[in-house]
Amino acid sequence: MTAPSTGASRAAARRTRTPWPGSAGHTFVAAYTVLLVAFGVVPTGYAIYFAFTDNADSFAGLSNFSTAFDDFRFGPAVGHVVLYLAWWLVSLVVFVVGLALLVHRMAMKGLSRLLRFLYYVPGALAGAAGVLVWLFVLDPTVSPVGFLLRALGYHAFGQVIAPGHLPVLFTLIAFWTGAGGWIVVMYGALNNIPADILEAARIDGAGALQTAWRIQIPMLRKWIVYMVILAFAGGTQLFVEPQLLSQASNGVAGRDYSLNQLAYDFAFQNNDVNTAAAVSVELLVVGLVVAGVFVARSGFFDAD
Amino acid sequence: MRAKVRAVGAQASGRTRRRTGLVAAGGVLVLAVTAACGSGGGGGTSGSGGFHPVKQTGGTLTVWVDSTRLPAAKLYQRQHPEVKMDIVTYDGDANGSNYLRTKVSLFNRTRKGWPDVVFSSQNNEATWAVQDGFAAPLNKGRIPASTLSGWAKGANAPCTVDGTLYCLRNDLSQAVLWYNEPLMKQWGYQVPRTWEEYQALGEKVATEHPGYLIGSAGDPWTPEVYMWASKCGANQVTGPKAVTVDTSGPNCTRMASLLDTLIKNKSMSLSSVFSSDFDKNKAGKVLMLAGPSWYGGSVFQGTFKTPAHQIAAAPLPQWSGDTAPSTGNVGGGTWLLSAHSANLKAATAFMTWVTTSNDYQGKTAPGYPAFQAAATAWLAQQASSGYYAGDITGTLQTAADQVWDGWGYGQFSQEAVWAATVTPKLTAGRTVTSLLPAWKDAIVNYARADGYKVAR
Repeated sequence: MTAPSTGASRAAARRTRTPWPGSAGHTFVAAYTVLLVAFGVVPTGYAIYFAFTDNADSFAGLSNFSTAFDDFRFGPAVGHVVLYLAWWLVSLVVFVVGLALLVHRMAMKGLSRLLRFLYYVPGALAGAAGVLVWLFVLDPTVSPVGFLLRALGYHAFGQVIAPGHLPVLFTLIAFWTGAGGWIVVMYGALNNIPADILEAARIDGAGALQTAWRIQIPMLRKWIVYMVILAFAGGTQLFVEPQLLSQASNGVAGRDYSLNQLAYDFAFQNNDVNTAAAVSVELLVVGLVVAGVFVARSGFFDAD
Repeated sequence: MRAKVRAVGAQASGRTRRRTGLVAAGGVLVLAVTAACGSGGGGGTSGSGGFHPVKQTGGTLTVWVDSTRLPAAKLYQRQHPEVKMDIVTYDGDANGSNYLRTKVSLFNRTRKGWPDVVFSSQNNEATWAVQDGFAAPLNKGRIPASTLSGWAKGANAPCTVDGTLYCLRNDLSQAVLWYNEPLMKQWGYQVPRTWEEYQALGEKVATEHPGYLIGSAGDPWTPEVYMWASKCGANQVTGPKAVTVDTSGPNCTRMASLLDTLIKNKSMSLSSVFSSDFDKNKAGKVLMLAGPSWYGGSVFQGTFKTPAHQIAAAPLPQWSGDTAPSTGNVGGGTWLLSAHSANLKAATAFMTWVTTSNDYQGKTAPGYPAFQAAATAWLAQQASSGYYAGDITGTLQTAADQVWDGWGYGQFSQEAVWAATVTPKLTAGRTVTSLLPAWKDAIVNYARADGYKVAR
């Protein structure tokens, strides 16, 4: 619409537009909402429906949940995912924050751009492709770092992928493919900390470590919480790494490893979509509860 | 008319991230919503007896094959240009990928999309395909009994459910003892005829020629070569949904102790013959290798690139005193006919041709044909190829009839159970003998998860 020429009508136009202060924003959100409903809300609703019905479409109460709980693969899968999450979340928080601080300190030395690029490159590979790269890296026979693996006493792929190593290996793969993006985000957040605060700290005699520990990390808190919430939700849905490892190792490692794989197996190996849905609903509930706890305890939505 | 060839398996990998599982599950749900079908679950016919074909409207014959069987479908298209074919390649369900079952369960929900004929590299597809209403019965009028009697003894056992035949066996995978003939001669060794001799030779090799191998226990099909041949009762499928599992009998423990001895003295490898480790470090040091009939072409000629005139085949050793010779079996693909096909006549004609014709099975098939007349032609072809050090015909033919029938074809994968339960612990230094109870528990668990009634 072209702008009206008279002052009165301009004022009228302004009045009618006030309820919609950012119509462009709403347009963008509308497109997102459509996708969210189609690929997020509707499937979730349908999964919940499946989780509480049996294969004849009649109400089944919690029987699908108890079927999943009683399955011999369920307990070990929960254990695997918890162990993996412990490794993954701790290493993510420590190394992402540490590396972001490092990059930020190097900003003045000109190395920062190169490092940021290097951190981000692995993330640019699609997830599955990144995992495939690791399957080669971890095979002492073909690995470019095979000498390292052999020095550690691993001479065959089967020794590297021993069951006890898997949480660490999956953490390595996930960190390599996913952490780069977070480092860039944290770096951006560090840049938002006003320079005068850092200068004040320096004048007060704070060194690099003290500045990081007392100024920068506290001011990054919300970003860290945000990262942990998303990483937790992603981590509980561990699937690609064990699934590909399972195929690459002919099923020696990674079969039925995570809860998501178990859901997949229920649906497609045991032909039990309802129990598969129950497992996915459990993951949804755990993700929501943990996000709720983190949001509530961190004051995530409090205004500064 | 030209055949359309496209790959569906390729889509399975690709842009997958950690959310794939949920997205996949979500995809199922969305499909189910859009199809707006009534009750989910099984599509069409029930398993036994009451097969009611859909209206036979003809049209394009959709055939799913793996890349190894692609030449077969293409050859049929060339010989029968009047048949309109859509040839689709997929992973053939290799390594228990479950691709076919996944797809069929989706098609059952959307009530369309089933292929007319499918090849699977797995021989246990009938166990679910009948239950899911996908496989059409093949005897009882569809394929003449005179044709069906041409299959090797027991070849179609995995395809038979309650006396009805639901698939056709493509190839047999009877286990034999492959060995390097010039090397055996050079070192003055006799090919062992009993497992006792085999073990003694392994101990000799370990001291006289350390590094050389007389077998591998690192493959998922290790139990199918050694335990099956030893008549170990770990997989006695007694009914469509019943299995007896016993891994503690003497038939199991004697083989476990043999494996332990040879693994310990390193004359038996713990790497899979298809692993990079085996290919790089061990392929040139194979003195003997117990394995299925397809090892000759696929492992020695194809993967190891062993030169011609070296590899020969002998019958798998037997336990001394055992009067009924037995061997194991590793796979052997199957062809299934869709119960939803609107083109049953053309589909049946194709299935019959692809499993029995000398043009394909006799001349170009990579594995030992399950159809006897084709097997004879195939063996003649192998003999004339001049690759092997001796004639392997007699050995393979005899072994084809000696596959022990006490090891069944269940829905759960014995290979997957062994790979996940036993292999990692062997790698960590445990013995097969100490793992027999854990192996049994795992079989029982997986069988129960598939709805089997388990007797111990």
